[in-house]
Amino acid sequence: MPPSCLSIFGTKALQQTVAAPSAPRPSQGGRIKASSLGDRVFEWLCRGAGILVLLTLGAIIVTLFIGALPAFERYGAAFIWSTEWNPVEDHREAYGGAVAIFGTVVSAILAIIFAVPVAFGIAFYLTELAPAWLKRPVGTAIELLAAVPSIIYGMWGLFVVVPFVQMNIQLTFGDALAALPLIGFIFETTNFAGTSLFTAALVLAIMILPFIAATMRDVFDQVPPVYKESAYGVGATRWEVVSGVVIPYTRISVVGGIMLGLGRALGETMAVTFVIGNANRLPGSIFDASTTIASVVAMEFPESLAGSLKQSALFALGFLLFVISFVVLATSRWLLRSRLK
Amino acid sequence: MSTTAMGGPIHSAPAKDMAVARALGRRRRVKDNLVRWFCIGATVVGLFFLASIMTTLLWRGLAAMDLTIFTTEFRPTRYGDDNMPKGGLIHAILGSLVQVAIGTGIGTPIGLLVGTYLAEYARNSPMGNAVRFVSDILLSAPSILIGLFIYQLVVLPMGGFSGLAGALALAIIVIPVVVRTTEDMLQLIPNTLREAVIGLGAPKWKMITLVCYKAAMSGIVTGILLAVARIAGETAPLLLTSFGNNVTSFDLSKAMASLPIAIYQQANSGFPDLIEIAWAGALLITVGVLAINIVARVLLRAKI
Repeated sequence: MPPSCLSIFGTKALQQTVAAPSAPRPSQGGRIKASSLGDRVFEWLCRGAGILVLLTLGAIIVTLFIGALPAFERYGAAFIWSTEWNPVEDHREAYGGAVAIFGTVVSAILAIIFAVPVAFGIAFYLTELAPAWLKRPVGTAIELLAAVPSIIYGMWGLFVVVPFVQMNIQLTFGDALAALPLIGFIFETTNFAGTSLFTAALVLAIMILPFIAATMRDVFDQVPPVYKESAYGVGATRWEVVSGVVIPYTRISVVGGIMLGLGRALGETMAVTFVIGNANRLPGSIFDASTTIASVVAMEFPESLAGSLKQSALFALGFLLFVISFVVLATSRWLLRSRLK
Repeated sequence: MSTTAMGGPIHSAPAKDMAVARALGRRRRVKDNLVRWFCIGATVVGLFFLASIMTTLLWRGLAAMDLTIFTTEFRPTRYGDDNMPKGGLIHAILGSLVQVAIGTGIGTPIGLLVGTYLAEYARNSPMGNAVRFVSDILLSAPSILIGLFIYQLVVLPMGGFSGLAGALALAIIVIPVVVRTTEDMLQLIPNTLREAVIGLGAPKWKMITLVCYKAAMSGIVTGILLAVARIAGETAPLLLTSFGNNVTSFDLSKAMASLPIAIYQQANSGFPDLIEIAWAGALLITVGVLAINIVARVLLRAKI
């Protein structure tokens, strides 16, 4: 019998003797009681902190909903698809969330489209291609990209990416793109300020790139070496190993990593606020100025009056953003559950 | 291709098969090379962005960096009149330090206890899984929503923006970061160590506080450092809670300045001299945040 089994039986026997109704020994009773009091206090401190975390999330949902209630009562579900946003406080005052929701979803999805191929390339490079001495410095550099605060991305975006998009993308390729058959209209615009849905998606893509790349690298590293080696052993090239072994083995976690990036992109505030142009109308093209839920709240909330309908509409947008990102993040976590264990 | 050759008549020309096989091999190699160059390109692109951000920051930030940044409060633009006094960021630096310190001070013990609960008590119980799930959601939740939450919970009842509200919003962001690292680090501790301590007759809380925390110390400190780095650059929640201030203030019940908000306001002011100051602030924050990150990494690597 292995020693671990012995110890299990040993404790069981011990517990039985403890649990058995025997005469209490007063001399030791005090000490055991004192230490078990400390145990109970500490355990309840820990459990209380855990409950506090649960309550925090619950309270965030409840307070956002309470704040949003006047707007939801006034507009009902139509708030979600109404494109009106008129803060002038007279009979024309009206609020709808469609513009901000559209901008949020489209900018985040565009960002994913831009970021995923590059993130995959980085993850593939770091796991299969890079020489050993390069893996750590390059990996650390990519992780540091994730640590740069979002306001820095916003400023860099405003003063570097916006002029670049304006001069080198819109002026150079804008006409050619707009002339494309069928899809040309999504590039056609009269806005040449450089601040646009496209620029916001580009900056967002750069921001979420390190998150997706790091997740992909971690899950690629989890593929058992034996699988890869047997593919190499029958003469597969590196690309065949990745496309035939690594990706099929990790595809669920890879999608989870992409969803994690999507969750980040949906709720990003400062970087987007700097470069999206903050126009509260439905964009006709990806080069038009637009807005997102987070940037509308950041721009308009500090100047809205407490208790006003406008403030309630902003709370309603916040509540919708919470619902969207909760669904995305929960899905991501569910897909990544194998990696978490 | 090989299947048709195998299944076909035996007298299929071997020379032709060789040519086909060579063409296939060439195609596979070309494809592999293309993908390899694409991946190298992607990595270069990623590194290029980091380099671009850092060079822009250093170039614009160092140009604006001087002693007045650290000695003077906000001054209105002196655009067109060089005789007016130059402004600085000391009000924002102090405000950020106060709010980050209080936020970390409140968030760290709670995060530490939650991490302990998950690693030492709850493990895989339903309650533990629920707390872990919620903590992970909070880790990635849009930070501006935490600003809205604190606005409703603290700013409205207190009747105005306040440094305390800002610090509380930051504390909520600190908690999940500390929870994650604390739990991960405690789980790395071998169970034999726990059994040895319990075997000596120590109560569980002494085992956790005196032995497990000590063994996981470098990891826990790393988590706290990462949390500080994360909240030092947070802007969105502060916009709705401590709002920003143009003078130095340590009054927690009033609006309080912070570095990210000062950068945000001055970068969007449109005046070249204020934008310069914003670049200096951006350089300060980024260098600080990246330095903390690097220290945290070194600390963790030295121990594991």
